[in-house]
Amino acid sequence: MELFWYIVLMSMLAIYVILDGYDFGAGIIHLFFAKKEKDKKAITNAIGPFWDANEVWLIAAGGVLFFAFPTLYASSFSGFYLPLIIILWLLIFRAVGLELRGQIHNKMWETIWDKAFGISSLLLALFFGVALGNVVRGVNLGNVVNGVSTHEAHYFFLPLWNPTFSPQTEQLGIIDWFTLLLGVIGVVALTIHGANWIIFKTNSDLNNKLKRIVFNLNFVLLGLIVISLLIWHIIEPKPFHNFLNTPWLWVFPIITIIGVLGLFNVKVFKKDGYGFLFSSLFLFGGLTSTVASIFPKVLPSTNTINPDLTIYNVAADYYGLSVGVYWFIIAVVLVAIYFTIQYRVFKGKMDNVGYGEH
Amino acid sequence: MEDMLFYDRMQFAFTITFHYLFPQLTMGLSLMIVYFKWKFLRTKIDKYNDAAKFWMKIFALNFAMGVVTGIPMEFQFGTNWAKFSELTGGIIGQTLAMEGMFSFFLESSFLGLFLFGEKLLGHKLHFVTGFLVFLGSWASGYLIIATHSWMQYPVGYEILENGKFVLNNFNALFSNPWLLPSYLHNQLASIITSSFVVSAVGAFYLLNKKHTEFGKLFVKTGVVFGVISSVLVAFPTGDWTAKNVAKHQPVTFAAMEGIFETEDGGSEIVLIGQPNVLEKKLDNKIAVPNVLSFLTYQKWDAQIKGLNEFNEEDYPTNIPGLYYAYHIMVGLGTIFIGIMLLANIQLFRKKLYKTKWMLWGLMFMLPFPYIANTTGWYTAELGRQPWLVYNLLRTTEGASPTVSSGNTLFTLLGFIGLYLLLGLLFLMLAGKIINKGPQLNQD
Repeated sequence: MELFWYIVLMSMLAIYVILDGYDFGAGIIHLFFAKKEKDKKAITNAIGPFWDANEVWLIAAGGVLFFAFPTLYASSFSGFYLPLIIILWLLIFRAVGLELRGQIHNKMWETIWDKAFGISSLLLALFFGVALGNVVRGVNLGNVVNGVSTHEAHYFFLPLWNPTFSPQTEQLGIIDWFTLLLGVIGVVALTIHGANWIIFKTNSDLNNKLKRIVFNLNFVLLGLIVISLLIWHIIEPKPFHNFLNTPWLWVFPIITIIGVLGLFNVKVFKKDGYGFLFSSLFLFGGLTSTVASIFPKVLPSTNTINPDLTIYNVAADYYGLSVGVYWFIIAVVLVAIYFTIQYRVFKGKMDNVGYGEH
Repeated sequence: MEDMLFYDRMQFAFTITFHYLFPQLTMGLSLMIVYFKWKFLRTKIDKYNDAAKFWMKIFALNFAMGVVTGIPMEFQFGTNWAKFSELTGGIIGQTLAMEGMFSFFLESSFLGLFLFGEKLLGHKLHFVTGFLVFLGSWASGYLIIATHSWMQYPVGYEILENGKFVLNNFNALFSNPWLLPSYLHNQLASIITSSFVVSAVGAFYLLNKKHTEFGKLFVKTGVVFGVISSVLVAFPTGDWTAKNVAKHQPVTFAAMEGIFETEDGGSEIVLIGQPNVLEKKLDNKIAVPNVLSFLTYQKWDAQIKGLNEFNEEDYPTNIPGLYYAYHIMVGLGTIFIGIMLLANIQLFRKKLYKTKWMLWGLMFMLPFPYIANTTGWYTAELGRQPWLVYNLLRTTEGASPTVSSGNTLFTLLGFIGLYLLLGLLFLMLAGKIINKGPQLNQD
């Protein structure tokens, strides 16, 4: 039962990253590469009807985490208190920027909300990478200081950073050089992803420029991944342990590799949708490979006194989890129907004016 | 620890108060938009479709505000109330996760279609998408009230040795006796909000002599919806809800009504008075004898327990706050019934659109349903204190153990700043949409 909900939760998070990921990427491109008003409009129109529903995956995944793994929810949300609240503020800021920009036609007003949208997208992409880094690196559970645990075994608290900026100290911070590296990977990967979405959805002048940018960024991404794989050993002594013991898990890295290869060979396919497909595969594979490498841990402990949080010691009771399966299956079928309808109505490329004003 | 709990409570109170300003309008307004669109499909008169489209803009703005201020609510369970989440997540997580899966997806998917899809879908399907948005927003309310009801009146649980609450009866969550009265009461209250908003905008147009055709339509629709909902919110649903409190939380009921001493031969109903907690009495009291006993138990001499019958440690933490919140809600509710009845009499006599004082009245009533709904929510929440889960888990036991008061103060201030900005922007934009008004036959 724990395994079922674990798979559900990870799938929902992966879907969230793939969907809201392209919104963030669009924001980053909006910030750096959209100079002309027409390009800016094309970018925001390309995500206009979707981003709201995309964001619901985060809220729904949060709900499932709360219900299926309450101890993990309590531990990680209070432990990562500051970054989570900052992420909230950024999400609010970004949504407001998107909603408000078109309401008043004034140069300064538009510039302010453009920047709000772009910068918060960039920071969110960075923070989500950093968050993944924190999960992989683990935290000092129970806040062990000099061999004494200061809290109940599964509680902790992390400041935003500590002066040493190192992932290998007793008093960890959210941001250190390792988590920052994953943050940068997050930014690059989502920029590529967002660019591919815009290429897929629009016919703007921007498209050819974006194709060139994506081509170059692919190399940056590949380089960063190789570097991070090399230094992974410092954080997790046996990073491939799970893969050696459970060979079928190789499915996930293979998906990642297909995604990366596809990204480099997008031109073979003549149609604009493929780039987006491959960057989605890459994100899905990358995320699932990462969590599979620490399974069944969901939050490793960096000290030897308190045990890791695993899906088994953080889950809710059996009865609750098993009734949940019934309503969840009904809900997922409904959600699939909604998304099919939504993406069919707004299918294909937009015309120059988008989908009309509202 | 004291500080931290205070900031945690302030933060939750502040963020939920601000958040609930938006859903209370969207839930009621979605119903009225569906009504306008339905009217258009039946009559084919463009005015109704234009009205639906106009309110859709206000709805979309409100909805966006509701979403962005709603996400922090979910997060705060984990960030600020980690102990509470850990102990009860297996139960209230159930209803909250269902809210995400069943209502948010429905609302957000179809709102996109409703806003952008009129031309692509045609009017009939456009109506259906509007209806689905309405359904989603009402389902969301239902699941939130189900969560709230469990905290007020826990059912279907057992407590393990480690203090965790586990679910042992899923159906009990939805057949909770607390749920249906609270839900209906709450939904009617949100229809009241939307009625007053719609009629206030209509009155504004009529008084300014612009968009007068829509002004008439809005005032009429607003006051008709308004009179029905404001009567129903008091009776039977308000009455039913109060009886639930009297039955299951007698100490809360005593504090709400301002009864310090049990009286033999029936309790009076307090119309005005200021609770004096130190001397345990009500100052400047104006009360009608025996009416409370009758309203609660249908017997003029039924005994109602006063606060003196309970342990002080189980008293609601903020007795004056609870008493005032309740009395403001009830007082405003009574005023709403009066105003809406008057407006309907004028409507029936075909004089409403020309009765200036009535229109001014309707316009200036705009903020009051918001105040009534907020104080209603406070009545429920302050009434539950000092408990998070009534009689089982105290608020003092629910906060996050590792987050220090400095952090909660910092984030509280951050939320205040951010929400002030949001509030200003919202007012500015809503004002702009209202000022511009509905567009005739816009395509």
